[in-house]
Amino acid sequence: MTAQSDALAAVRADFPILAREVNSEPLTYLDSANTSHKPRQVVDAVAEHYLRHNANVARAMHTLGAEATAAFEGAREKVARFVGAAQPAEIVFTKNASEALNLAAHTLGAGLRPGDEIVTTVMEHHSNIVPWQLLAERSGATLRWFDITADGRLDLEKARAENLINERTKIVTLAWVSNVLGTVNPTAEVAAAAHGVGATVVVDASQGVPHLPTDVAALGADLVAFTGHKMLGPTGIGVLWGRYDLLAALPPFLGGGEMIEVVRMAGSTYAPPPHRFEAGTPPIAQAVGLGAAVEYLEGVGIAAVAAHEHLLTEYALQRLHATAGVQILGPQTTQDRTGAISFTLAAGDLEIHPHDLMQLLDGRGIAVRGGHHCARPLHERLGIQASTRASVYLYNTRADIDRLADGLAYVRDFFGRRL
Amino acid sequence: MNAEDLYQEIILDHYRAKHHSGLREPYACQVSHVNPTCGDEIELRVNLDGGVVADVSYLARGCSISQASASVMSDLVIGKTVEAAFGLSDEFTELMHSRGDLQPQWEDELEDAVAFIGVAKFPARVKCALLGWSAFKDAALQALESGTATATKGVPHAG
Ligand SMILES: Cc1ncc(COP(=O)(O)O)c(C=O)c1O
Repeated sequence: MTAQSDALAAVRADFPILAREVNSEPLTYLDSANTSHKPRQVVDAVAEHYLRHNANVARAMHTLGAEATAAFEGAREKVARFVGAAQPAEIVFTKNASEALNLAAHTLGAGLRPGDEIVTTVMEHHSNIVPWQLLAERSGATLRWFDITADGRLDLEKARAENLINERTKIVTLAWVSNVLGTVNPTAEVAAAAHGVGATVVVDASQGVPHLPTDVAALGADLVAFTGHKMLGPTGIGVLWGRYDLLAALPPFLGGGEMIEVVRMAGSTYAPPPHRFEAGTPPIAQAVGLGAAVEYLEGVGIAAVAAHEHLLTEYALQRLHATAGVQILGPQTTQDRTGAISFTLAAGDLEIHPHDLMQLLDGRGIAVRGGHHCARPLHERLGIQASTRASVYLYNTRADIDRLADGLAYVRDFFGRRL
Repeated sequence: MNAEDLYQEIILDHYRAKHHSGLREPYACQVSHVNPTCGDEIELRVNLDGGVVADVSYLARGCSISQASASVMSDLVIGKTVEAAFGLSDEFTELMHSRGDLQPQWEDELEDAVAFIGVAKFPARVKCALLGWSAFKDAALQALESGTATATKGVPHAG
């Protein structure tokens, strides 16, 4: 055994679910872009919190309250360090990335007027489309779109030709990494153009932070959203990072306990960030779990995670390219691409629908996602209704990729013979 | 049950050569339904003649289960009274939610639709099998409400 496979075996041993069988086959989990599995360390941290330190935060003055508050704020510090935030107060805890993006749309949108423009991209997840559509409806602002090139990258040239980012642009929002195509977008370049016209930049980093070393300053954004459950953390916790001075200038989002300074019947004043944006009892145990997830990723090393996934992606692209009937969507090489790989499968001239494909792979213990992956506009742009996505993470192996490729050939031939 | 067993010959036959596919005139009502979790879509037209389902036609995009189910459904309901068609629809819906325990008395009336019994064992796919049926029921109900007279224009429905 090489040192690398020893390390991989050690990582896998931390994820008991990977030892499961599904439909009497060993589980081959290739759906981490949907949600990742959780290592024992994260589950233990959540259990330990509930079993030993449970109390409400901030408002409980007793010893347990102090412990819970320290654990919650400690998690904020860990996340801040993990993404290179200037200070923990730049980390706002939300329920998920969707809530973080809604928070951004509501607070940034407070001053928008008809004639203003919001720019997003055709490759976004619905979570980074619908909040801006709603904002456009509320404010009368216009929503405009970055297109993509034939190889699934942002079409910056077309954007320049269309003067997409201009003096009317108030907000530019884009994914760091596409959840369908795996494309890594040049956020800093787009942000520079947006800042040049005075627009605010929001980056949906849901598919980036789990897989790539993150430095929020290097992304160039003013606000960055991501979600805990895709990065080994629990469900029910997401993050909005914001430049402190911007957060401090934004109005509240939801109203309630904890987000206030003084409440009077005539009106209230609001707490400074991050608490201004965290109304009510927050997801305390979930934050603790996310803190443990971040520590786990730091223990393995996020650069090592990225390197492992790079090799797996390279191998997966190679095996899929060599499988007759498979058409990979998006970048065909590992250049500026992560291990979220979507594709279509045909038997001769018959397209096999992703649900049918997914079903037969599931029968072989292989978990992938079939559908539009919450990116319907992108699929429409690509001229297809749905696709199948395989996505890798730190615990996947070359054997997982082999089982996928063999499974695809099997499904192709199963339908090929019958249809 | 194997996933392979889901794909009964009857289902694949209907998938290969969908019956009543392609929107037809005349019709009393047109609806469009989607399965939001997966994106399967159907546009479906119903024409009624008195209390009878005179015609069903559709345009559908989606997996083999949803396509074949729409095909089987239209075969079954065309020519039946609306009441009998709704009865079949209810039985099929119940069958899909049965988790796979078929009630034998349904077998005869449901004809080819019995082949979908395996779908009931895969909860994620039940919606696929029901897409065409729920579109039919919706369209027929709307046609009944608006009077059964044949119109050439449909009533769009968001689904
Ligand atoms: C790119 C992207 N943005 C946003 C989300 C939404 O995340 P959540 O469902 O946790 O809010 C996801 C995942 O589903 C995603 O892949």
